Amino acid sequence: MTQHNLLQMFFYFIIIILLVRPLGWYIYRVYEGKSCGLNNIFGPVEQGCYRICGIDSKQGMSWKTYLYCMLIFNMFGMLLLYLILRIQYYLPLNPESFSSIPPDLSFNTAASFVTNTNWQAYSGETSLSYLTQMLGMTVQNFLSASTGLSLFVALTRGFSRQASGTLGNYWVDMTRGTLYILLPLACILAMALSAQGVIQNLNPYQKFYALQNPIEEQTLPMGPVASQVAIEQLGSNGGGFFNVNAAHPFQNPTPLTNLLEMLAILLIPAALCYTFGMLINDRKQGWAILFIMLILLIPIAIMTVISEQQIVPNFISMDIQQTGNMEGKELRFGVFNSAFWTSLTTATSNGSVNSMLDSYTPLGVFSALWLMHLGEIAFGGVGSGMYGIIMVFIIAVFIAGLMVGRTPEYLGKKIEPFEMKMACVAILIMPLFTLLLTAIASVTTLGTSSVSNPGPHGFSQILYAFTSMGNNNGSALSGLQANTPFYNIAGGIEMLLSRYWVAIPVLAIAGSMAKKTFVPKSAGTLSTHTPLFIFFIVSVSVIIGGLSFFPSLALGPIVEHLTFWGYHGS
Amino acid sequence: MAAKISLWEKSIFKSAIVNAFRKLSVRHQIRNPVIFTVYIGSLLTSGLFIHSIFLPSEVPCYFILIISLCLWFTVIFANFAEALAEGRGKAQALALRKVRHDILAKKLSSASKKSKIKLTLSGNLHKGDIVLIEAGDFIPSDGEVIEGVASVNESAITGESAPVIRESGGDRNSVTGGTQVISDWIIVRITANPGETFIDEMISLVEGASRQKTPNELALTILLAALTLVFLFVCASSLPYTIYGASITGGKIASITVLVALFVCLAPTTIGALLSAIGIAGMDRMIQANVIALSGKAIETAGDIDILILDKTGTITLGNRQATKLIPADGVAIQTLADAAQLASLADETPEGRSIVILVKEKYGLRGRDIQEMGATFLPFTAQTRISGANLPGRQIRKGAVQAIESYIETLGGKFPESIKKDIDTIARKGGTPLVVTEGATVLGIVHLKDIVKGGIRERFAELRRMGIKTIMVTGDNQLTAAAIAAEAGVDDFLADATPEDKLKLIRRYQAEGHLVAMTGDGTNDAPALAQADVAVAMNTGTQIAKEAGNLVDLDSNPTKILEVIQIGKQLLITRGALTTFSISNDIAKYFAIIPAAFASTYPVLNTLNIMKLASPQSAILSAVIFNAFIIIFLIPLALRGVKYHAVSAEQLLRINLFIYGLGGLIIPFIGIKLIDLILVGLQWI
Repeated sequence: MTQHNLLQMFFYFIIIILLVRPLGWYIYRVYEGKSCGLNNIFGPVEQGCYRICGIDSKQGMSWKTYLYCMLIFNMFGMLLLYLILRIQYYLPLNPESFSSIPPDLSFNTAASFVTNTNWQAYSGETSLSYLTQMLGMTVQNFLSASTGLSLFVALTRGFSRQASGTLGNYWVDMTRGTLYILLPLACILAMALSAQGVIQNLNPYQKFYALQNPIEEQTLPMGPVASQVAIEQLGSNGGGFFNVNAAHPFQNPTPLTNLLEMLAILLIPAALCYTFGMLINDRKQGWAILFIMLILLIPIAIMTVISEQQIVPNFISMDIQQTGNMEGKELRFGVFNSAFWTSLTTATSNGSVNSMLDSYTPLGVFSALWLMHLGEIAFGGVGSGMYGIIMVFIIAVFIAGLMVGRTPEYLGKKIEPFEMKMACVAILIMPLFTLLLTAIASVTTLGTSSVSNPGPHGFSQILYAFTSMGNNNGSALSGLQANTPFYNIAGGIEMLLSRYWVAIPVLAIAGSMAKKTFVPKSAGTLSTHTPLFIFFIVSVSVIIGGLSFFPSLALGPIVEHLTFWGYHGS
Repeated sequence: MAAKISLWEKSIFKSAIVNAFRKLSVRHQIRNPVIFTVYIGSLLTSGLFIHSIFLPSEVPCYFILIISLCLWFTVIFANFAEALAEGRGKAQALALRKVRHDILAKKLSSASKKSKIKLTLSGNLHKGDIVLIEAGDFIPSDGEVIEGVASVNESAITGESAPVIRESGGDRNSVTGGTQVISDWIIVRITANPGETFIDEMISLVEGASRQKTPNELALTILLAALTLVFLFVCASSLPYTIYGASITGGKIASITVLVALFVCLAPTTIGALLSAIGIAGMDRMIQANVIALSGKAIETAGDIDILILDKTGTITLGNRQATKLIPADGVAIQTLADAAQLASLADETPEGRSIVILVKEKYGLRGRDIQEMGATFLPFTAQTRISGANLPGRQIRKGAVQAIESYIETLGGKFPESIKKDIDTIARKGGTPLVVTEGATVLGIVHLKDIVKGGIRERFAELRRMGIKTIMVTGDNQLTAAAIAAEAGVDDFLADATPEDKLKLIRRYQAEGHLVAMTGDGTNDAPALAQADVAVAMNTGTQIAKEAGNLVDLDSNPTKILEVIQIGKQLLITRGALTTFSISNDIAKYFAIIPAAFASTYPVLNTLNIMKLASPQSAILSAVIFNAFIIIFLIPLALRGVKYHAVSAEQLLRINLFIYGLGGLIIPFIGIKLIDLILVGLQWI
């Protein structure tokens, strides 16, 4: 890694850290119902929404009601999206007359967008109409991100309230999150992006003759790109307008758009740490969580960049001049901006890419897999990363609490068998489904027939697919032919379970925590923001992730890496 | 009772070995999810071994046999740890059983010594029956004295040989079945049905028969079960992964024996095996401290206590006030004051009076005199005059509280000197009680009476503070006195002018704020507060009602025992946490031993990960499995004794334990597995 790269990474994180406090503060004000500066503009809209829908915004909900509303709302969102995809051909704003999407792919896509995964087994510019992109994809990009935020806020209220039966109102949280947080940020980013050349139109695809080949007519896809890309990055959705996602010049034309989009990937997940600190009235906790996430992310990001900057051994004998592994990377961005983006996008469960991960070095693939194998904790999706790491906190605090001889407590609330059961369920789901589905896919022709490179890399492709869907990430090793009924249906189910089955224990913990009273602090209380505890949480995360996936990583990227560099193992 | 039992007591050891095999039944195994999966693994590998005898298999059949045996030993070692802990409990119970023999009781038809006596076996006595117990008789069952007073030898339960007085009414009316009346007689109303007596309860607790999982133990079991489930999936999914790999490279797939071995090594078997032994041993340590816990939860809660409420008298201070200093009035020689104070107190049998005699003897060299010989008459203290003293020929010496003496002097036409009032104020401010001594109408000076704070108590409170426990002193004294003693003893807070109702209110208030409150008590009027407190230590000398209200009974009746109880509670949790950390940290080394060995047949290149340079795949797997089984045996003493507890802040405690059990757990298996591998190779077993 060059000094220049390090400096660039340093400035990137400085900008993020500078934005954390104001945005975190703003999000806090929004969810606490305090004035946040945009009330004059959005206040009437908000109140109008409640009036039309008949929502009593003052009424709190128990965790079960909150969960029920969330599930019902998401289910309808998914059904609507499924329907749009199925009858796309008959709907307006379809200048290229794309046909309707087959059932299995529609199911997978609907599940993918409603769960904030944005795994794309379809190719955007050759299969989706403008209406589908705008009314289907972009709408879900907003709503799924807002759902993640709502779940996070509900869980946090469980910690900040005491002897209370309610966690706030789901409809209010959804409305405020979308209206006050996501919409303004997306507007700003979309305008900045279109100013830099990201397209935003409803024109038919442009036909042209290239200079090199004036005989063959070529097609240039058009569309409302900027508006979708903005929320795609901000809401850790990651579903690109075009198939190649942010590698496409219409989606990510300049170094500045690349930087803006990279900032957008981490912006809300990072700011939520500060929001959390404010909501529980202990800002140190928020900073500690941000610190933990950075410690988990930065070394892996550096490792990815270093690995990609190495020359490819196979090319040495061929006497090819190399500046690192440029296969599958855009010349506009180079190795550093591609590899760094990849780390950010896999860490945040965003999943948008600006380079082709399938062409990464084995260690690069390993790093991307590892960031997902940690679970959605550093930084994880919008909201989901926060509740992911809080689950890890509950388990870590339990072990640490025992070690200091006290019934474990987190943020002044006792951790009892019920919370333990729920936290374990929340943490178990991702590894269990990923391991199980990878196992099924690797021994059936349904799974193996989609693999483009047999051998350990083929295994990595399968593992990556189910890891990505199990983490609601959405990035892929695109060598895998994912648009088959098996991958569509198995993956669709995995995405739904990973998202909603985790939501149940998260809200259950929130409900049970809200009922408890605070345990007063004393010298016997273990603080959860000290360097020692940060070190402990990082170790616990690494050990849980490592122990769950070491064998599968060994049989995929590790074998690849050893073979790649010519080890023989004797 | 509460015999000190050596960790490796032979008889217990032997029966534990037998029981370790007996516990191999499915019914017993299913209670511990982690060990149950090892049990299934053992059965599976045994089946694979039998299969391999008759049919060719991937790995040599002797290798499967050794792995299978190692897994069986893992289960047996876990059983052994539990059996050993139970055996120690049983040994304690044996001593108690001897107390609970059938006693012939003298059952009375009514509560009078004269009523008809019917001889009944103690096993037939029920709640409400009335019995007469005379000198030499054993008390047939638990009850309360309704008539009479007797000295009772309670050494069978308390281990204390000095007899105690039991009498009707007041706070000393409870008697325990199995103890012996030494002198006099008492009539007792039985308060327990057969099989429900204090001793019965103690026996079942000590034996671990009625042991229920505590909330923390339950939560830990859930966590361990979850980890086990993940590892089950990790190992089971490895088989299809290698099938895929082998189909491409033409290598071999991982053998089931090896994957079962991998699973057993990864599952948190160390803590799983020792979990119940830790719980039983905690109860056992409590008994060794002569405290009976009426539930396992009470011990655990003791570790969480953050408020400790203590009575002043008898706990923080010695029972009574003592004279500590004489202050003469202006113009009076100290010897004159000492002489007068002694004369006024020689016949005074109150503790204060006696302490004055002792003070003048030790400090001013005045020996006791025979007051009768001097022709003196003693005036005892009465509530009306609030003065006591002695009349000698020509001398009238009085001592008493300031106001009482003031009015006494006024009636004699004297005047209370202003100069002495300053000293009186000083004493009162320091929490002492001034006692004024006069001869006639002349004030000679004051005796400073003081509560004596027990030696070493200040240090204990400081220790509690470091542990994050706030101490609160409760006393009936006035604000000023209470404040002074609180400062001297180093308690964090105090409640003065307190009635039993105030105590109850205080506990409720703290609980409403989320605190966990502990207290000690012995009297019947303590019972409501004891019942309200989260951890309530009742004194064995206390009333039956107090004992029933508490959840711990201290057989030594030592109010500061609660500190030990808290430490044992904390130790219990720390031991569980430390061994869990150790168990999980161990997995890293085990991965590095087994993964290359298990998968190298599919991808030989993975041998690169064999960073310990273990001799062969088979020796690597064997070493890991052997280490995994034997570490249980090595950790049994730690599980039974408990991890050492340091009274330091939570932060420091975490640092220490993470260093020892986290880092230690990371490094030790690397060394252990490598050593076992070297031995296996050296012995040419592999």
